[in-house]
Order: sequence, then structure tokens, then C-alpha cells
Amino acid sequence: MSEAAGQSFSTETPKELERQPLVLRKRSLAWISDKVCGIVEGPAPRWWKISITISFLVMLMCFTMVGYLITTGVGVWGLNHPVAWGWAIVNFVWWIGIGHAGTLISAILFLLRQKWRTSINRAAEAMTIFAVICAGLFPAIHVGRIWFAWWLFPIPNAHGIWPQFKSPLLWDVFAVSTYFTVSLLFWYMGLIPDLATIRDRLRLQAGKLKKPAEKFFNGLKQRLYGLFAMGWTGSNRHWRNYEKAYLLLAGLSTPLVLSVHSIVSFDFAVSQLPGWHTTIFPPYFVAGAIFSGFGMVLTLIIPLRSILKLEEIITVRHIELMCKVTLATGSIVGYAYGMEFFIAWYGGNPYELYAFKNRAFGPYAWAYWIMVSCNVIFPQLFWFKGIRTNMVAVFILSIVVNIGMWFERFVIVVTSLHRDFLPSSWGYYSPTWVDILTYIGTMGLFMTLFLLFVRYLPLIAISEVKGVTPQADPHHELGGAPAKKGGKG
Amino acid sequence: MAGTYGILAEFDTPAATMAAAEKVRDAGYTRWDVHTPFPVHGMDEAMGMGNSQVGWFTFAGGLTGYTVGMLMIYYMNKYDYDIVVGGKPLFSGFYAFPVSYELTILLGAFGSLFGMFILNRLPRHHHPLLKNRRFAKVTHDKFYVVIECDDPKYKEAAARKLLEGASAAHIELVED
Repeated sequence: MSEAAGQSFSTETPKELERQPLVLRKRSLAWISDKVCGIVEGPAPRWWKISITISFLVMLMCFTMVGYLITTGVGVWGLNHPVAWGWAIVNFVWWIGIGHAGTLISAILFLLRQKWRTSINRAAEAMTIFAVICAGLFPAIHVGRIWFAWWLFPIPNAHGIWPQFKSPLLWDVFAVSTYFTVSLLFWYMGLIPDLATIRDRLRLQAGKLKKPAEKFFNGLKQRLYGLFAMGWTGSNRHWRNYEKAYLLLAGLSTPLVLSVHSIVSFDFAVSQLPGWHTTIFPPYFVAGAIFSGFGMVLTLIIPLRSILKLEEIITVRHIELMCKVTLATGSIVGYAYGMEFFIAWYGGNPYELYAFKNRAFGPYAWAYWIMVSCNVIFPQLFWFKGIRTNMVAVFILSIVVNIGMWFERFVIVVTSLHRDFLPSSWGYYSPTWVDILTYIGTMGLFMTLFLLFVRYLPLIAISEVKGVTPQADPHHELGGAPAKKGGKG
Repeated sequence: MAGTYGILAEFDTPAATMAAAEKVRDAGYTRWDVHTPFPVHGMDEAMGMGNSQVGWFTFAGGLTGYTVGMLMIYYMNKYDYDIVVGGKPLFSGFYAFPVSYELTILLGAFGSLFGMFILNRLPRHHHPLLKNRRFAKVTHDKFYVVIECDDPKYKEAAARKLLEGASAAHIELVED
């Protein structure tokens, strides 16, 4: 090492630039698996039993409402001319948008080598899958004669006809079903090593069990977790292919997630309706989707980390980083709102300008201003570190984001439709109690699935979190390297 | 050596495991493996392995997806049930693109996952190592180097000496 004369360089990071570690208190590798698997292995806590009961009942309400709709007809919803797309489509876009944060965290942040994603990616991917399930329900039931919904798929039928692929609605069918399938594959592949962890732990615990019932359930669980762990042995020859496949799946999911909400926006943008027929829609929808999804991740993660005592794995730094993504995407959404107005005026199309004036000052102005305040104004509070590190404030703001993004979709769908081209066809749309209860019901469906996930699967990617600790680095002294930093092991 | 699968050495840290792997590699063994709770950065080089071949499966899947998408739409909307909608052409690569694009990703993803399974010879639920009690910590916090008896260079004494020389925390034979 030669240093310039008279100058001495310190290779140590200055204190104010040091980053907080991803797992606090230098927790050991064993601690990580004990902590995460403990949630699965321990008895069901009281809060879990109470919340799953409530969620299950709300889910049943959802199914009841869907059953009522199917047996009676779409008249039970508030749809009528001119507003033929109501809450069903609003809810569909809202739920599918929420899913996008999960894929952003699991795929895009992986490609960008953001190591902090490892603590939250499993839960966020689960959120994606369950949100897409809730989303998928709505297009299926809103077709009216739900027993013909299979005509959306290219399945040979007795009429000898095929779906018409020029319609963006059909692109949407492929986009959403691909999105669900690929998210599930990606999530499952990430789970394989962790399912093996649970399998091996059950095997080690089996020897201590005495009661025959305990032994039976232990054996059953070993078989079930073991079946899905595919006989994983942590072999490095396997890890090599596994990591490559993981990278490729991340590389495939990235264009996928960007395409899904773009195609959802085509449902609107390809039509001729003022307020829908704009080229800004694909990027604007994608940014909004990620924004709303991070809102939902924060809503779920903040209570989870404190109830399950995961503060050392999902640290305040993780929450802060998510707040920053929310702030950035929220500001993009705010820019899109402004740009829409500018183009409506600058484009010189009087119908377009009318549609936008009507949004902000017409009969649905209340919805528009709820949207603007929730999505553009309140998230600006995330500029302040004091807000980003205050869990109560972040939790409240995350719910504000969820509400705001629901209203965004409501504004787009309903205000564009309620002023038809002929003033004699103008109308005002209001939901019915069936609309409202179905929407609330899907939250029950979502929470039921999510709570089952929290209880029965490792909600933190154990092997990935282990991989980002210093103990996992063969060149770090905690990983067993002899020299202090840097020595080639 | 009937009844024995191989020799197993346990390590406590990734650095020790990697040093041992380098020794085993340099000794010229071919049927051996390192088992770790998470992928250890640099272990592929320490084991002397090249690039993974999963990408070919992904490529094949993606190519199939795109081709199937385009051909399916051509067949359905131009050949088998040709109907003019809005005066647009019966077939155009533009309107067929979104669906073909999604199918590219869908089959590419299946290719990646199943390619990983095929190359890893998984699922394999009855592996001699999975029967070994000590090995159950492999998904927890221990690291293992295993040399199989099937290795042409395998001699128990020499292998044991090599692993002992790599300062293994524990060495034992694994039943087949």
C-alpha cells in the first residue's frame, strides 16, 4: 500500500456513513431459523385465532354476495347506463395494482441488488398472489352470465368459434393469468429451501415427542413439508442451478409486472372515451400500482413485525426504504395527474378538456379531491425522517394510500363514463349494498389467505436472510475468515 | 464399500467450508458436494464448477411461448374463424403481440423452474443424506462437505485425512 506523501487515508467508513445492518444485533444463523420457524411451530396465538375467525366470516359474506349476484343477476349492483363499469372494475384494478409491489420487491429489487428486500419479499409475494386471487374474482363475476366466462379462454367449443384477440379485454385475461401463475412459481421456488428447513426441524423434534398424537402430526407435517421441499439438501450443485433459475425468474417477472398493469390500462386506453383514451395510461398505471402495493405492504408488515417480534429482521430501515419508494411513486402519480390536465388543455380536444374539468369540479369532485389529497399531498409527509421512522404515522399513511388509490380507479372508471356523449344519457352512479359488501368481503378472502400463510409457511425467506448476514460471507471475520475484512479465504 | 454412501465432514463457518472445498477440488475428486443452508458466494469457483445451464430451458420455454401465441392467434382469428372486427386486418403481429408476450414469459418461467428441477435431478425424497441425523442441520446453521464412495479416487483413509486436514469439526460415514 503506497500512500501519497503527507496524506493518510483511512479505509474505515466514517460513522455517519455507516449503514445499519440488515439483521440487527449480529444475530446468528441459527437464531434466524429459530425465530422464523418458531411462528410456524408454536401454538396458534390468540390474536391469530381471533383475526382468522373474523376474516373467515367476512370471506363467507363475500361468497354469499357472489352467490346472490349469480342467482339473481347483475341488477343487484348499481350498474346502469351510462355507467356500466362500476365497483367491480374499480376493485379489480385496485387489487391487481396492490399485487405489483410484491413483484417489484421480489424481482426488480433483486435485479437491482437491493439486499434489504430479503426480509420482506416472501410476505410481499404472498400478498401479490392473494391480491391477484381477489382481483381475478371481479372480472369473472362482472361478465353477467358467469357460466360463459370460460369463453374468454381459447378452448374449443361446440359453436366452432374462437375468442377475438383484437380486444384488450382478452389480452387482460392472458396478462392476469400469466401474472398469477408466474408469481406462484417464483414464490414456490423461493420457498423450497425454507420448506426443507421446516422438514429438517420437524425431524429433529420427532425424537423428543412421546404422545402418539404428537408423533402422528409430526410425521404428517414432515411428509407434507417434505413433499413440497422436493428433497432439497442444500447441495451447492443444486444452489448453482437454483440461483440461476431465480435470477431468470426475476428477469422474466420484471417485464411481466410492467406489462400487466400496462395491459390493464389498455382496457381503458384503447377505447375511444374521453378520459380513458390517453397514451399516458400505461406508465401512469404501473407507477400507481407500485405506489398502492407498497401502501399495502406497509399496512401488513408494520403490525406483523411488532406482533411477531420481528423488529430485528424487518428493521426500521426497511420501513424507511419502503416509505421512500412510496414517496417516489406517489410523486410520479401526482405528476401524471398534472400532465393529464395539461394535455387535456394543450391537446385542444374540447371533449377531453370537458371530461377533466368535470372530474375536478363536476358531481364526482369529492372523489377526485379525496384521490388527490390521499395520493399526492399526504405521502409528501414521507420527506421527513421523523414520519418515516414513526411506525404509527407510517401505518396511518399507508392506509391513506390504499384509500387514495381505490379512489383513483373510481375516478377513472366512473367519472369518464357518467357523462355520455348525449346529455340525455347522463347519469349518476352509486353502488348498492351488494357492491359494498362484496368489496369488503374480498378483504376477508385476502386476510384469510394471508393469515393462513403467516401461520403455516415461513413468512420470511430464511435462507435469503441468512445469505445477507456477515456470518454468511466467507470473506468476513464473522463468516470465519482469518483476517479483519477482505482477506481471501 | 457396500452400505456406505460416502464420508461427511461438518464445518461451522462458510470460510472453513470453502477452504475445505478448495482442497477437495485440488485433490481431484469428482463425485463430491458441499451442502450449505444458503448459497455461499464464491463456492462455485471453489468447487471448480462452470456456468449453470438453466438458461437453455428458459430460452426454449420462451421461444415456444411466443411461437405458440402467434400461431394460435393466426389460426383462430385468420384461418379457422375469420371475422372482421372494426375494419382491422384479420391478422397482425401488433394485436397478437401482447398475448404472445405473456405466453413467452409464462412458458419461460415454467422452463426456468422445471429446468432447475431437471438439472438438479429433483424431486428426490429418498437421499442417503436425508436419513443422516446430523445432516438435518444443513438447513439450519451447519455446513457439510460430502465425498461419495462412487468417486473413482475414493479411499476412506485418504478422504478422512484430507477432511481432517481441512479442520472439519466432525467427520462420519454416511449409510447408503
